[in-house]
Amino acid sequence: MSGNQAPEFTWPDDDISRVPYQVYTDADIYAREQAQIFQGPTWNFLCLEAELPNPGDYKTTFVGEASIIVTRDDDGAINGLLNRCAHKGALVCYKPCGNTRHLTCVYHNWSYDLDGNLAAVAFSKGVGGQGGLPDDFETAGHGLQRLRIETYRGLIFGTFSDATPAFADYMGPKLLASIDRVLIKPLKVLGYHSQMLPNNWKLYAENTRDSYHASLLHVFHNTFGIVRPNMRGGVQIADSGWHHRSYAERVPAGDVEIDKEKVRSLKNQYSLEDVSLMEHVEELGDTVTNSIQTVFPSLVIQQILNALAVRQLVPRGPDRSELFWTILGFEDDDDALLELRLKVNNLVGPAGFVSMEDGLAGGLVQRGAVADPAARTVMPMGGPGIEPSVGSRVTEAAVRGFWKGWRECMGI
Amino acid sequence: MNTDQSLRLRIEDLFTDYVHTIDDDRLEEWPDYFTDAGRYRIITRENHERGLPAALIYCDGKGMLRDRISAMRKANVFDPQTYCHTGGAVQVVGADDDGIQVRSNFTVIRTLSDGAMSTFACGRYLDRITEEDGALKFAERTVVIDSRRVDTLLVIPL
Repeated sequence: MSGNQAPEFTWPDDDISRVPYQVYTDADIYAREQAQIFQGPTWNFLCLEAELPNPGDYKTTFVGEASIIVTRDDDGAINGLLNRCAHKGALVCYKPCGNTRHLTCVYHNWSYDLDGNLAAVAFSKGVGGQGGLPDDFETAGHGLQRLRIETYRGLIFGTFSDATPAFADYMGPKLLASIDRVLIKPLKVLGYHSQMLPNNWKLYAENTRDSYHASLLHVFHNTFGIVRPNMRGGVQIADSGWHHRSYAERVPAGDVEIDKEKVRSLKNQYSLEDVSLMEHVEELGDTVTNSIQTVFPSLVIQQILNALAVRQLVPRGPDRSELFWTILGFEDDDDALLELRLKVNNLVGPAGFVSMEDGLAGGLVQRGAVADPAARTVMPMGGPGIEPSVGSRVTEAAVRGFWKGWRECMGI
Repeated sequence: MNTDQSLRLRIEDLFTDYVHTIDDDRLEEWPDYFTDAGRYRIITRENHERGLPAALIYCDGKGMLRDRISAMRKANVFDPQTYCHTGGAVQVVGADDDGIQVRSNFTVIRTLSDGAMSTFACGRYLDRITEEDGALKFAERTVVIDSRRVDTLLVIPL
């Protein structure tokens, strides 16, 4: 280590329930995350197969800060390519999506096929016998860098690392089954938007795993008396700790003793005029009303009543991140179900009745964290480890699981 | 489209009253700019142009419009903030039995409690306006925002 460098960050002990604030603010840690998390042994959500139905379709996306092109080639296969021309490093695709025969960099017209192989170099023979590529230039070694790709239930994942296990092993059987539960049929994209978050990406990654905050920060349901007493829920956590699922389900009447006192205490003077956005068509074969699942490091799979979505988390510097929402339905939705999804979608997103505060909360922690980088958070709920929870979501176990994964990837 | 000038003035008055109602934080009056079955949506330009139906906010009828405001007042948590709307380029594009179709542009500067100001949204209003008891009302107001990206959160209607 050279004399002027700050000492490399180390976690002070084994405790994953106490997170040093430095991890949310430090530029060096942020840079290491790009290499060791996003380009490390992780499966990163890229986009949906439904967005690339035809050969030649492409879409650009992100893995960490890196721009990625996803293509469907003439064989119908999906390719993930680093969006960086092998020549000078310019983005090859600067449009968000389209259909093309070749991926051609506009700067000097180096052109790649849909698999990322370098197909043509402008003026490769020079002009009038002058210039051009040297005779020993090998085009084969100058394609776009490829990612390993796996698709699962219409989701496309990519990884830079050879060390990443097969996706099914990465998730483990429990959390693979919970993807199966939601993505039961061919998907249809209903729309897109994104949300700039004034906080480090990990604060949102924690927030989605933090089932403890749900009814405390988001008081919409309580305020309008739409909490049902006959609800139960829990938190599933992958054996690795890296991924989780938090859920709530309606227990059939008669299965539980309804606490009438509790029902009364939930009643208050406020009510919604139009409760149609709280309707629920049980389309997934069970009575689960909410299911929020993470795939480490950057994906959330959401079912809130009939509002389905995937959320992709992209870091934008140590103190900012961007959350890309893709709102989903199924291909065979009828008009009534589509209308219901669009109404229920009012609950989620940047303007969502029960989610807009997530944009605020991370920013509050970010603003608090700068005061003392060495100080630590305190997350003891349901602890100290990564135990799953049945019957209660008052736990921070999945957040601790995230930190277990983070430390393993970072070697910290 | 050739429009009666007095009607045009009434439309411009409606737009002016609408933005002052929001910017003055008299949001309880906001639903009254709509008919009882009025529809209000905020949708990104990308979704709108590609025919994708998902909106950031979708209110179908006055009940849902009022619920938006009561949720904001009683439930949702957010940094205190104000809007300043600027509008223009009003164009009457058609009229039929369902009402008058009007498009116009808008910009919203958002100011937060710490003084930070930003161009929070710009885009266009696509309206269908009808007359009800002698007053012009929105039967439909679609707010098409040019950016797909919302800074932090969207709570006050545009």
